[in-house]
Amino acid sequence: MLNGSIYIRRELLIRLVRAFDDGTLREELDHIPVKLRPKDMQASRCCIYHDRAVLKYRLMALLGVCPENEEDEAKTLASYFDDMVERIGATLDSQTGGQKAVQPPLSVCGSACSGCPDAKIVSTSNCRGCFSRPCTFTCPKKAITVVNGQSVIDSAKCIKCGKCITACPYHAIVKTTVPCEEACPVNAIRKNEQGVAEIDFEKCIYCGKCFNSCPFSAVMERSQLLEVLMAMKRGEKLVAMVAPAADRQFPGKIEQLLAACVQAGFKDVMEVALGAELTTEHETKEFIERFEADPKTLMTTSCCPAYVNLVKRHLPTFLPHVSTTPSPMVYAMGLVKEKDPTAKTVFIGPCVAKRGEAVEKGVDYVLSFEELGAIFAGRKIDVMLCPPWKTERPAADTARNFARSCGVTEAVLAEATSKIPDFKLCAKQINGIDKKTAAVLKIHAMGKMPENFIEVMACPGGCVNGPCSLR
Amino acid sequence: MEKVKVEICCGTACYILGASRLVDLEAELPEEIRGKVEIEARPCLNFCEKEQLGGAPYVRFNGTEVMAQATPESVLQRLQELCGEAE
Repeated sequence: MLNGSIYIRRELLIRLVRAFDDGTLREELDHIPVKLRPKDMQASRCCIYHDRAVLKYRLMALLGVCPENEEDEAKTLASYFDDMVERIGATLDSQTGGQKAVQPPLSVCGSACSGCPDAKIVSTSNCRGCFSRPCTFTCPKKAITVVNGQSVIDSAKCIKCGKCITACPYHAIVKTTVPCEEACPVNAIRKNEQGVAEIDFEKCIYCGKCFNSCPFSAVMERSQLLEVLMAMKRGEKLVAMVAPAADRQFPGKIEQLLAACVQAGFKDVMEVALGAELTTEHETKEFIERFEADPKTLMTTSCCPAYVNLVKRHLPTFLPHVSTTPSPMVYAMGLVKEKDPTAKTVFIGPCVAKRGEAVEKGVDYVLSFEELGAIFAGRKIDVMLCPPWKTERPAADTARNFARSCGVTEAVLAEATSKIPDFKLCAKQINGIDKKTAAVLKIHAMGKMPENFIEVMACPGGCVNGPCSLR
Repeated sequence: MEKVKVEICCGTACYILGASRLVDLEAELPEEIRGKVEIEARPCLNFCEKEQLGGAPYVRFNGTEVMAQATPESVLQRLQELCGEAE
């Protein structure tokens, strides 16, 4: 759902592409915060100077620098840009084949973080000090008293069960939250001693939930947009690998989107759904093998990188249950390299966690749908005006449906029943990872549940609702 | 009576900055103005360059009147006014 944070992120991306294409990016960078927040404009934060400062950090993240790593506050965006050009030049010279410094894809901008007060239950002025006082009766800890005709909650006694919230007929009791902490399924984001949110990268699974939940837009994603634009300019053979979640992100058909990618400067395109076909084939084979070896087997999917991170970092004993079949992105990369071993691959999807998987598996760059949209917008490409791209072969519908919850299950089931007609799969979908997911998986690992195949997608509804999706 | 013409800019800039929420507007039209308006999704109308990018998404009424930062609510409200005036 569009909001101010998403709007500004996209607007900056489009401005960046336009300025890059005009050849004025280096000069313009430091002017953008002032241009977007001129002195007579109403501020969104405490004042326009604060707004401008946060915009600068936002642009730093778009230049691929973690705002947290800032050493010199006076350093200009132009010199960060120079650093970037130098860094890319050095990688190209060393010819080490993409041994890039691995930095986390997410970062919290301290200046943007509002340091939300700790979550607690409070009684507001809506309290009428009524006669029945259901709040005092329902509270299991006797934490509520009425003082001067107003209910007061003793936070030392309160266990935040929320019973009083539902009991109050005036909706006078509310729960205040720290949105990022509430959204994080693994408690990886916490406020530090200064009261500013900080991500613990030992715990973080890069699901991107904090990224879209922060109302102050303090969680930022480090972008590779400019690196891709520069590689295009150098004339590198960039191949856009478009994730199945791309369906209906832009107006027009998927074939038109592929054509738009070529028009935007990619040398070739590959539907990642073709990789999903191979994932389906191997995943089904793997399941049948596991099932034949042990009829009580339990296998989960492995195409969601945030889920794989969850298991690796929080439930390592569960790892044997995760399928070893490579993800559609990895197979798609194989197909690209088969056609042209010198090609550079750019995965385009709605996912934050894929950025980590890409580095691990040797995919050269990752762009989000937002970033791709910004390239289209900057280069004035309308997907719905593009003539459909002539693919060698369109991907199967089941593969194109991979990005929706149930999609992987359906694909595997269809593949299995085509080989073994009376094949039965006892499947379950974890449609969105939350704080309870690890516990649910643990119960399954005990072998007490009937399911033998679990599809896990970190985002509710599947990748189509990923943190960087356009819809 | 002539219909009120609404052009929703669906150029990529407008689309990703909010026009994606406007394209389904036809289905949300209240009974009394349905049939009185004609909604069309258009390729880039170029306002994001002529005007400010920060004004996207842009919508044009009757070929002349331009609305910046259009939302489903603001477009509906303007439509109701225009349909009222036409009567």
